[in-house]
Amino acid sequence: LNGWSAVLAKTAPKLSDYPSELGKDRGGAPLKANPMTKTKDLQAPDDSVTKGISVVTPSRRNFLKFGVSGIAAATVSTWIPESVVAAQAMPQVVDDIDSPKVGEQRIRLTVNGQVHTLNVPANAILLDVLRDRLQLTGTKKGCDHGQCGACTLLVNGVAINSCLSIALQHDGDSITTIEGLCDGDTLHPVQEAFWDHDAYQCGYCTSGQIMSAVAILNDPNIGTDDDSVKEAMSGNICRCGAYKNILAAIQSARGKMRGAV
Amino acid sequence: MRTFDYTRAQSPAQAVNSHAALGQPFYLAGGTTLLDLVKLDIMQPDRLVDINHLTLKQVEPLADGRVRIGALVSNTQLASHPVIRKRYAVLSQAILAGASTQLRNKATTGGNVMQRVRCNYFRDGISPCNKRQPGSGCSAIEGHNRSVHAVLGTSDQCIATHPSDMCVAIAAIGAQVTVQGPEGVRDIAFGDFHLLPGQSPWLEHALQPHELITHVTLDAPLANSRSAYLKLRDRDSYQFALASSAVIVVMNDQRITHARIALGGVGTKPWRAVEAERALIGQKPDMGLLTEVGERAMQGAHAYEHNGFKIPLGQQVVTRNLRDLTA
Repeated sequence: LNGWSAVLAKTAPKLSDYPSELGKDRGGAPLKANPMTKTKDLQAPDDSVTKGISVVTPSRRNFLKFGVSGIAAATVSTWIPESVVAAQAMPQVVDDIDSPKVGEQRIRLTVNGQVHTLNVPANAILLDVLRDRLQLTGTKKGCDHGQCGACTLLVNGVAINSCLSIALQHDGDSITTIEGLCDGDTLHPVQEAFWDHDAYQCGYCTSGQIMSAVAILNDPNIGTDDDSVKEAMSGNICRCGAYKNILAAIQSARGKMRGAV
Repeated sequence: MRTFDYTRAQSPAQAVNSHAALGQPFYLAGGTTLLDLVKLDIMQPDRLVDINHLTLKQVEPLADGRVRIGALVSNTQLASHPVIRKRYAVLSQAILAGASTQLRNKATTGGNVMQRVRCNYFRDGISPCNKRQPGSGCSAIEGHNRSVHAVLGTSDQCIATHPSDMCVAIAAIGAQVTVQGPEGVRDIAFGDFHLLPGQSPWLEHALQPHELITHVTLDAPLANSRSAYLKLRDRDSYQFALASSAVIVVMNDQRITHARIALGGVGTKPWRAVEAERALIGQKPDMGLLTEVGERAMQGAHAYEHNGFKIPLGQQVVTRNLRDLTA
């Protein structure tokens, strides 16, 4: 268990600590796994969910996916088989082999150097395809309307808001997300600089900030002075107000890119 | 988000044909306005015709001194293009004063011309709004009308400002918008492209059904001119204009021989101030003259409950820009 998980395991309240209504969703139905993230478990017997047999190991990712009540329930009442949680913790990205269904089209995306072939409907947003289909959840959904910058990533080296693209627009494109910056255990110079300068508090905007910073540092048309960097970064909002440290981090990474993305 | 069909066009003619099929289609370029408004269910396409694969991505200086810009040239590419920076500084400055780096990377020249208003009553999907639902009324006239509402070119049907910075610079420079439709190709003068709201605010531009913008061709720059864009706003970056001015002047022996003035943030369309320009010709600029020209640029302005400050602000944004350019 890492630090966050240990705290969660100790402090997660038991479902029985709550009034019975809290074990249900607002409509009164018993809590169940989010259907968007549910993975079919072919090995588990169908009744394993209701019988409850396993102990679930909470993780930060599970916590984010199921929420506090989900983890609380999972810890004590075992409504998700362990194998399912394991599958969700380390999801398998499966490319589409079948022909596209009605309303879908096939696209080819190169994401962080890996080629994916996916069938997507016309209204699938690039951000959602990366997060939900490819499980690349480092790119964050903030405002979902191109106003906050949390979803910033690079398409063919250019920073864009991935919430304002449909995936079909990017057939054949090469996409770099925050997951694609580090080289094994070696952080990208901008990641290293954000760490060194404590350029975040809650961290939600950080991947977008870093992706914008990488693009800016590689753009010869953007000035190197503080005012130019601030202007170029203005599409990335930080509600914690870590701007001063973000600026310091970006300036300190200047000259250390060594041809990095 | 609602579902829709999707067609990827390989040529302008194919795009127009796809667009002319049944249903409610929209052309998809950068998508920064369109997909935002589809998510809000303000724009309700049955089909998107993706034009991103068309070869409309060139900035071409023409033999007659004009510059032809492909509709798919991104705002960033246009602002940083050496020809634009050198010969149309006001345009480069105006583009860089708008939106954010990421949005400018994605937004296109044609899309910027076509962007929709930022009025909250238009965007909320509920309030009466004549643009969204013709005949339902205008909520802004009696509502909150401080920042993205106009004092020039308004009507009793709509008072939303045109939000573009780029278009203000192009209005000052002068341009032709080339469009391709089922009947062929034609040019529309930039000044005639955007329509005043009048009694039909849902009609925003001169495009006929299915017509596609393929190019914007800038008039040749005035010889020996200097130009600048000045934008006043609530915060210094990533904010729509409260008042802005694009000014181009030519000086000869301390006198102004040519002048172009356009305003943003105050008008229901990119606002060319021809009367104010005339007052400058043949004159030696001093603060008395430039103040009068600023006032003339805002002639006919009508203040609403919260945006009366835009009248002096519009005057000052013209006067200050002229002062700095002629200093």
